Amino acid sequence: MIKLRHLAFAFALSVAAALPTLAQDVKVIKYEDLEKLRQLPHDTLYVVNFWATWCGPCIKELHYFEAANRQYKNQPVKVILVSMDAVQDLEKRVNTFAKKRKLQSELLLLDEPDGNTFIDKVDPKWTGAIPATILFNNKRNTYYFLEGEMKQEQLQQLIQEYKPKP
Amino acid sequence: MKRVRIPFAYAMCLLLVGLLLAAIPAADPGYQVGDTARDFKLKNVDGKMVSMADYKDAKGFIVTFTCNTCPYSVAYEDRLIELHNKFAPKGYPLIAINPNDSKASPKDSFADMQKRAKEKKFPFPYLQDETQDITRAYGASRTPHIYVVQKQQDGTYKVAYIGAVDDNSREPDKVQKKYAEEAIEALVAGKNISQPNTKAIGCTIKWREA
Repeated sequence: MIKLRHLAFAFALSVAAALPTLAQDVKVIKYEDLEKLRQLPHDTLYVVNFWATWCGPCIKELHYFEAANRQYKNQPVKVILVSMDAVQDLEKRVNTFAKKRKLQSELLLLDEPDGNTFIDKVDPKWTGAIPATILFNNKRNTYYFLEGEMKQEQLQQLIQEYKPKP
Repeated sequence: MKRVRIPFAYAMCLLLVGLLLAAIPAADPGYQVGDTARDFKLKNVDGKMVSMADYKDAKGFIVTFTCNTCPYSVAYEDRLIELHNKFAPKGYPLIAINPNDSKASPKDSFADMQKRAKEKKFPFPYLQDETQDITRAYGASRTPHIYVVQKQQDGTYKVAYIGAVDDNSREPDKVQKKYAEEAIEALVAGKNISQPNTKAIGCTIKWREA
């Protein structure tokens, strides 16, 4: 357990350190990395959106998340976009897309071809359709899950509601 | 007289409220494995209406919610054809249903479905769920989304498997677990299905704007 926390912390540090320079590069992760992210103990609201370059509704809502990322830059709110594209499409599709759109949120690509191994672990309510979004702050025990499209006002409301308040 | 009538009216009101509450679908998640699936009557790409009841000799069906526009659905088209060709002779034909509203997703229009079915020479019916009632009743939430149903002695259809085709949409040659196929093999052999529920990443259903 302690080891896991150390790992999680190290992961968080590396993520934080990498952020300013690697904002537009997509980091390939496995499910265990996602799990570490999910367990981060900080008093930060993590907004994690699952999307893919091939997913129309995902692309439509992506700029809401990008806007939130900009808007809450100096607050304990962290937007992370997790691409469900296949890892084979990393260069040709995902990186190209990220560059073209100048995506500034942290970008991850979950390299797990078999959804059946992780979808339930992320949330049993998730049927596997994307977009899907989770918001959490482990320090304050807050958690929210949504499968399907997010409206911009809805995202703003959720962040306002869940972001750490002094 | 009045004293009797007031409580009676009150009771009727309560009953009415109760009935109304019961009638509100509490975010119905659709069918679970073991539930009885309803039959349908939907228009096929050849213009004819198709129901499960039309298949007198079938032992069950591979009811598959899929569409033209979702890359995952497209990636699975050839594998759906294989599934049908393998299991139709064993009594389990595939029936594809397009759940998407064609206003919300224009490339899922009936004409586009006809075009795609022709291009891919679908050996199975490709039906349009225009009202999306069947999609809602089954609880399909993504494409592709498979419901294997088994015909019972009383003619009803019992849901035996809900989930994914297999464990790798992107690379068919790297598939290790053929979830749907293993489930149907078990049904055909009269065995228990070891994994009756599986999940996969897929596209959302494009619902009609209210």
